[in-house]
Amino acid sequence: MSGAVVPTVRVQEVPFDLAAESAALTQGRVDVGGLASFVGLCRADDGLAALVLEHYPGMTERAITAIAEQACARWPLTGCTVIHRHGRLEPGAPIVLVLTASSHRAAALESCAFLIDWLKTRAPFWKREEFAGGAERWVEAKAEDDAAAARWGEAEAARRGDAEAARRGGAT
Amino acid sequence: MRVLYFAWVRQKVGVAEEEVAPPPEVRDVAGLIAWLSARSPGHAAAFAQARQVRAAVNQEFAAPGAPVGPGDEVAFFPPVTGG
Repeated sequence: MSGAVVPTVRVQEVPFDLAAESAALTQGRVDVGGLASFVGLCRADDGLAALVLEHYPGMTERAITAIAEQACARWPLTGCTVIHRHGRLEPGAPIVLVLTASSHRAAALESCAFLIDWLKTRAPFWKREEFAGGAERWVEAKAEDDAAAARWGEAEAARRGDAEAARRGGAT
Repeated sequence: MRVLYFAWVRQKVGVAEEEVAPPPEVRDVAGLIAWLSARSPGHAAAFAQARQVRAAVNQEFAAPGAPVGPGDEVAFFPPVTGG
């Protein structure tokens, strides 16, 4: 496994196909020993009718790609796919897919957890909750999500932000 | 300069994006927030709790001290809640 894997990143309104995406990372190769997957689903908390996900077209793809490239640089992956949906999603609907493939399970499992933790804190999506009866509210960012991302080390994402600010001559 | 707003910041400002031409003394994200806040009551409401507003300059997360200038794309939004 030489050279960094180029991750597949998609931001889309339509559902994704876990089986097809898994096959795309394993078909025709014999060096994959483990494929880890995470699927985030819309949960019906407190009578939720739907989640509406807004995002920042352009930056979203860039931010996810940057996180995925960090995973590919940090772990010896043979493949990596991240698909994040936007728009109106009802309870039970899949929202996000993270797939990581590697020769060995630890790299696949760890990088998959890293990716979902960092997506929660670095990908520009905002969730609005719609309830039966018409009430709605914006989901607030959770401190535990920041803590989950931070356990991977103040990592490349933060360092990248610092480097960017330094390049532009700004403070951090 | 193109300014974009997302989520509740967009709702409070009342528009998703606008072209603005701040004076030269507006040099960084914090200065732009102060200048934008005076444009309308909606802007003022959006930036009233500046600690809850995050920024990106040219599609990279940016700190309050990050420089901004003509031609930049600057976005303001709440802390992200994806995943």
